[in-house]
Formats: sequence, C-alpha cells, structure tokens
Amino acid sequence: MACDLRRGKIEAYADAELSADEMRAMGEHLRGCASCTSDLLGHTQLKRAIHTAGERFSPSSTLRERVEKTLPRRRSAKSVWYWVPILGATAAIIVLGFLALQRWSASQREQVYAELADLHVAALASSNPVDIISTDRHTVKPWFQGRIPFTFNLPELASTPFTLEGGRVSYLDQSPGAQLIFKIGNHRISVFIFQNRLDRRFTSSDSQSKRLTFNVETWTENDLRYFAIGDANAEDIHKLSELLRNAARS
Amino acid sequence: MPLFDSLYNFARWLTHNREEAEDLVQETYAKALKGFPSFLPGTNFRAWIFRILRNTFLTSRTGLKITMTTSLDSDENESVAPATTETPESLLIERSNQKMVQEAIEELPLNFREVILLCDVEEMSYQEIAETISIPIGTVMSRLARARSALRRTLTKKLQGG
Repeated sequence: MACDLRRGKIEAYADAELSADEMRAMGEHLRGCASCTSDLLGHTQLKRAIHTAGERFSPSSTLRERVEKTLPRRRSAKSVWYWVPILGATAAIIVLGFLALQRWSASQREQVYAELADLHVAALASSNPVDIISTDRHTVKPWFQGRIPFTFNLPELASTPFTLEGGRVSYLDQSPGAQLIFKIGNHRISVFIFQNRLDRRFTSSDSQSKRLTFNVETWTENDLRYFAIGDANAEDIHKLSELLRNAARS
Repeated sequence: MPLFDSLYNFARWLTHNREEAEDLVQETYAKALKGFPSFLPGTNFRAWIFRILRNTFLTSRTGLKITMTTSLDSDENESVAPATTETPESLLIERSNQKMVQEAIEELPLNFREVILLCDVEEMSYQEIAETISIPIGTVMSRLARARSALRRTLTKKLQGG
C-alpha cells in the first residue's frame, strides 16, 4: 500500500493527471519507496487489464451503413470538386480541338491563296492570259456557258476605272470555275469564281488579306465563292469586289 | 464517421444489449447532427458527443430504469476507500482472464462502470470525463478511485471462487 504522504496521488500519477512538478516529485519518491512502486504497479496493471477487456464490442457494417444513410452527404461540395477536373479537361479538349481546327483551316486557306496567286501569275505570264478576249460583259459571260457548271453576273464597268480584259476556265480542287481579268491602271486583278465548296476553310464569308504581297478579298454570293486577287491596292480590290457583289445581287 | 467504434463500444457497455446500443448510437449521431451548430469550436468534441450518447441513454427506457433504482451521484459524499492492490498480478496479465475482467466491469454500477470505461478504455482525461458526465473533476477522481476499488474486490472474489 502507498505510504500515507502519497496516498491518493498514485492513481492520478498512473492516469498522468498530475502537474509536471508533481509528476517529477512523484517519480523521485517512487525511486525510494517500494510500497508506492508496488501500488503503482497494481494500478497500472489494472488499467491495462480494463483497457484490454473494455475494448470488447465492434459495430456491425450494417449499423455503419444505417447511420451513414442518416447523415447528409457532402454532395454539393464534393460534386463541385469532383467535376472540376473533368470540366477542366473537357474545356481543354474543346479549346485544343478548336485551335487545331483553326490552325488546320488557316493552313488550308493559305494553300488556296497560294494556288490562286499561282493561277493569277501563270495567266499573266502566259502569251494568252485569257481564252475569251473581250471588254464586253455580255460577251464574256455567255462564253462560260457549258464550260462551267454555274453562271454569274458581271458588273457594268463603263463609269468605273476598271476594264474587263476577258476570261478563262480555271480549276481549283479539281473543280472548274471562272477566272476573269480586270485592269485598273497598269495593274491587273484576277477574279476567281467557284462553287462554294471551300466553306470549311473560309469560316467568315467575307475577308480581306494580303498574301505574297498580293491583295486578296474573298466573299460568297449566291452559293458561289469569289476571290479577287492582284497587285492593285486593297482599296481598288475592294471597289471591284463591291461591283461584283452588287452585280451578283441584281 | 468520427468515434463510431468507440461510441458503439461504450453504448454496449451501458445498455448490455446489441439492438439498444445500435439504436443509441444512431440516435446519438442524429442528435449530434441536429445540435452541431450549438457545438462550440475549440471545445472538446469527444466529450461533447459522448455526453450526447450518455444523456440519450439516461433518458431511454433502460436508462430511466437504472436511474430510478440507483442514484448516479450517490458517491459524492462518501469517503474514498483505501486503494488496494490485492488483485493478483497473474489474473490481470493472463489473457484467459479477460472474460473475468469483463464480467467484473459488467457487474459495476452504472456510475462506476462509465467512469472506468471513459478513463481506461477511452483514455479520457479527468477534465474530459467531467465534461462528459457533467460532474466536477474532484468527483471524477473520487468516483474513479471507488470504481477501481470495487472492481478489485469483485475480481478478488471471482478469483477466490466466490
């Protein structure tokens, strides 16, 4: 049995409930007191035995499920964080897909412009730039009849600085179309007209740009794709394009 | 779920019945959830949820039956009996006697049983026990000493074949 001075403190010491000073003092006392040490041993063994015996019951998985069902699920917070990476990945795929499509379209567009520039230059370099030589739109337009699978209108150029020099059949993507050559000052402008099968490459119906120092303007009218290309300035190219647009609508 | 295993174990020791213990645990979580806004952050969550379980038990049919027949605070003014270490060490060391210790705990009155379980099984501090049972720390210490003495006596009696 613990000595009188320490009685009551042994249990608190075994339960680690004494203050730091008291714990130290008790530790020193225990080194010289066999009675208290024996008492402490008994307390410690009893505590250990109770601990082992006391951990006796385990809940069933059924109870766990039953209780979990009654608890609210952290659905909102969880679902938000759950979907964030998925939505992020989806958005990234869409953006990358869009960028890839844009890049592909841009590259296809460049190819078409380069081809048209080649056709324009080749025609001007040829000893016979046009197959039908005429400044009269009523002569040039009918010449294409039976040569290309569509028809088009040409503007009246009498009161404009432009002159029609003639036309020829041209091919783009193995499709026949019309190439018309106009003159303004010393500059020549080729206007290509094809059936509109190039929409995937030209997302906007109208656009102006500069390719290989040529000015280019393209647009669609009556399901036909027009390209005006030449070394004339962009303003003149645009004026001619407007005349052709208006003629197509008339 | 926090403290699920501990709460169930404690509930079984209180009720001595599996179904009652399961209902008690379920009700405890329901009450804790409902009353969670009243839980003060920074205070002891374990003591808080164990107190809910204990109070729920005390207001159950079994709990009321016990409180009607015994006073849970009857030991406050009684002097603490001298601690005894008469229980043979061999009894406590041998695992085969675990059942004997369990039976001895079961035989303890509720107020002794709960304080011993909270201290030695749940390893709660005196302060936590005081918060759980809603009694002063001094009462926790005296009740704990009496509970252990009672347990030793029971074990000695069992060992002697009594």
